[in-house]
Amino acid sequence: MSILELNNVHTFYGNIHALKGITINVNEGEIVTLIGSNGAGKTTTLRTIQGLLKPREGSIKLKGEEISKIPAHEVVKRGVSQSPEGRLTFPRMTVKENLEMGAFQRSDKEGIAADMEKVFGLFPRLKERISQRAGTMSGGEQQMLAMGRALMANPKVLLLDEPSMGLAPILVDLIFDIIRELHRQKTTILLVEQNARLALGVADRGYVLETGEIVLKGDAKDLLTSPEVKAAYLGERGH
Amino acid sequence: MEKALSKPSDLSFFQRFRRIFTPIAIVYLVLLFGQQAGLEPGRIIREIIDNPVIIIQQVITGLANAAIITIIAMGYTMVYGIVENINFAHSSVFMHGTFVALLTMSIFAQGATVVPLWVALFAFIPAMLYCGLLNGLVERYVYRSLRKSARIVALIAGLGTDFMLQNIGLKIGDLGLIPNIDRTATGVKFLRILGLQSASPKSFPAVQEFFAGPGVPINLLELIDKNATLRITAADVMVIATALIAVFTLNWFVRNTRSGKAMRAVAQNPAAAAMMGIDVDRIINLTYIIGGALAGAAAVMFGVYNGTTSSQIGSTTGLNSFTAAVLGGVGNLQGAALGAIFIGLLSSISDQFISSRWTTAWVFLTLVLVMIFKPTGLLGSEGGEKA
Repeated sequence: MSILELNNVHTFYGNIHALKGITINVNEGEIVTLIGSNGAGKTTTLRTIQGLLKPREGSIKLKGEEISKIPAHEVVKRGVSQSPEGRLTFPRMTVKENLEMGAFQRSDKEGIAADMEKVFGLFPRLKERISQRAGTMSGGEQQMLAMGRALMANPKVLLLDEPSMGLAPILVDLIFDIIRELHRQKTTILLVEQNARLALGVADRGYVLETGEIVLKGDAKDLLTSPEVKAAYLGERGH
Repeated sequence: MEKALSKPSDLSFFQRFRRIFTPIAIVYLVLLFGQQAGLEPGRIIREIIDNPVIIIQQVITGLANAAIITIIAMGYTMVYGIVENINFAHSSVFMHGTFVALLTMSIFAQGATVVPLWVALFAFIPAMLYCGLLNGLVERYVYRSLRKSARIVALIAGLGTDFMLQNIGLKIGDLGLIPNIDRTATGVKFLRILGLQSASPKSFPAVQEFFAGPGVPINLLELIDKNATLRITAADVMVIATALIAVFTLNWFVRNTRSGKAMRAVAQNPAAAAMMGIDVDRIINLTYIIGGALAGAAAVMFGVYNGTTSSQIGSTTGLNSFTAAVLGGVGNLQGAALGAIFIGLLSSISDQFISSRWTTAWVFLTLVLVMIFKPTGLLGSEGGEKA
């Protein structure tokens, strides 16, 4: 069943036409990845879904309900949360406070406590650093915190923006192991990545975005072997 | 870069020389020219030895002034911490607050020149509500639409709002009639409280003292001088107590409540805060409302303490508070309090022992020196706790 549907979404930055009619759907329990180069509109797509940018045209439906017209803080309440590009943790708050901020829209104390334990189960490192300020942690730890914080919203759809960015290979592997684990736990994920090979490796399906338009879509396995993707994003020709 | 510079071994001979020489040169110049501005160490030390009670008295005065400055400075610094905007209308909001406090206290006073303490305490309610609302409206209708423009645009708009509010204050200044319900006479008589001239200073009723007589005798002082009495007024106690309550309440609010945590989140990263489901616009507005309410509280404190107000009062008091915020490190609540204590004490000591005409000059000389040697302010740094 389709949980998130974007239909012909157009988003503008001032006069710049950033998304030119994007149509994406994400099914329950699926990992869908959005790949493409810098400036293709991947982050813009996530920000539009989140309600931080308003589409000028098109519809965004979460479980059949239109969410493109409601403010960002309401979108979180409806069940969309994200681990943003660049992590954006709250530097002068502790790990625990950061995680609590992730559950800002929730009021079920027991549910929040249970989810915090779940996050600590996924990221034992965060539990060790529970009272450390986020700004003093390493990039990898901050990435874990950003993901944990997004999970604290108990989202119906989790948006992950460039979780591998700027991390050492060993940490990238760790983060992607967690993404696989989340997949096993039936979390629905929309994953944005520049590292197409890694992203297609964990995803069920994928979309290829180029200058604001979807140019290719299909099963992740098929995209991995498609000549266009190989040439443009998997670095099998040239760089 | 900064780390490298602070290691003496990395500095050239000239840099090391300059580093030691500059402070010595400044101290020398201050002592040399300071005499022209009343800084005569010999005389000051003699005066203190002759009558040590005066310095204690001035410290109390300084702390009371610091209390008022702290509360206003926190309004500046909170807003700066969350939107990096200096709210230039803040001082006028404070000035409006003094009028609301004056009106409230005058209504209760009914022409009397002394009111019981509870009247002054009651005045906090309308003053804080009015100033909170006014500052909230300024945010909503002046600053919000400018938040994405260049910072200078919001700054100029704030200055414009400040002038506008000052002129409204001037207008309020000549309204000045409150109904005086005279139970013995027939009907209602009107009482003029604000004076005929709109710009002239208006007097507050005084707050009743706890103790009759010239002051509180403190036995310890009798050891030094039999005639010494230390005067601690009801206004001193009220002003300092209010400031302490306000500082602790605000700190508690920011650390423990849902809205307070949301304020910290917006201050640290507005984009991420929005992604957490925080209504950023509402939180920014709330920050202005709280800052305004603090200005309202400071207005009552100011009226009770100084006994007078006028439509001009915002600029001087506002400037002192803004300076305190910058001195302590703008955006930092504890810094605002520290800066205020510094300015309050320096002013009262200078008024008594140096030269009251030069007090402002001494305050700003200190500010300039702090800005030269520590541009982020006393407590300001990247790691400092904001709002």
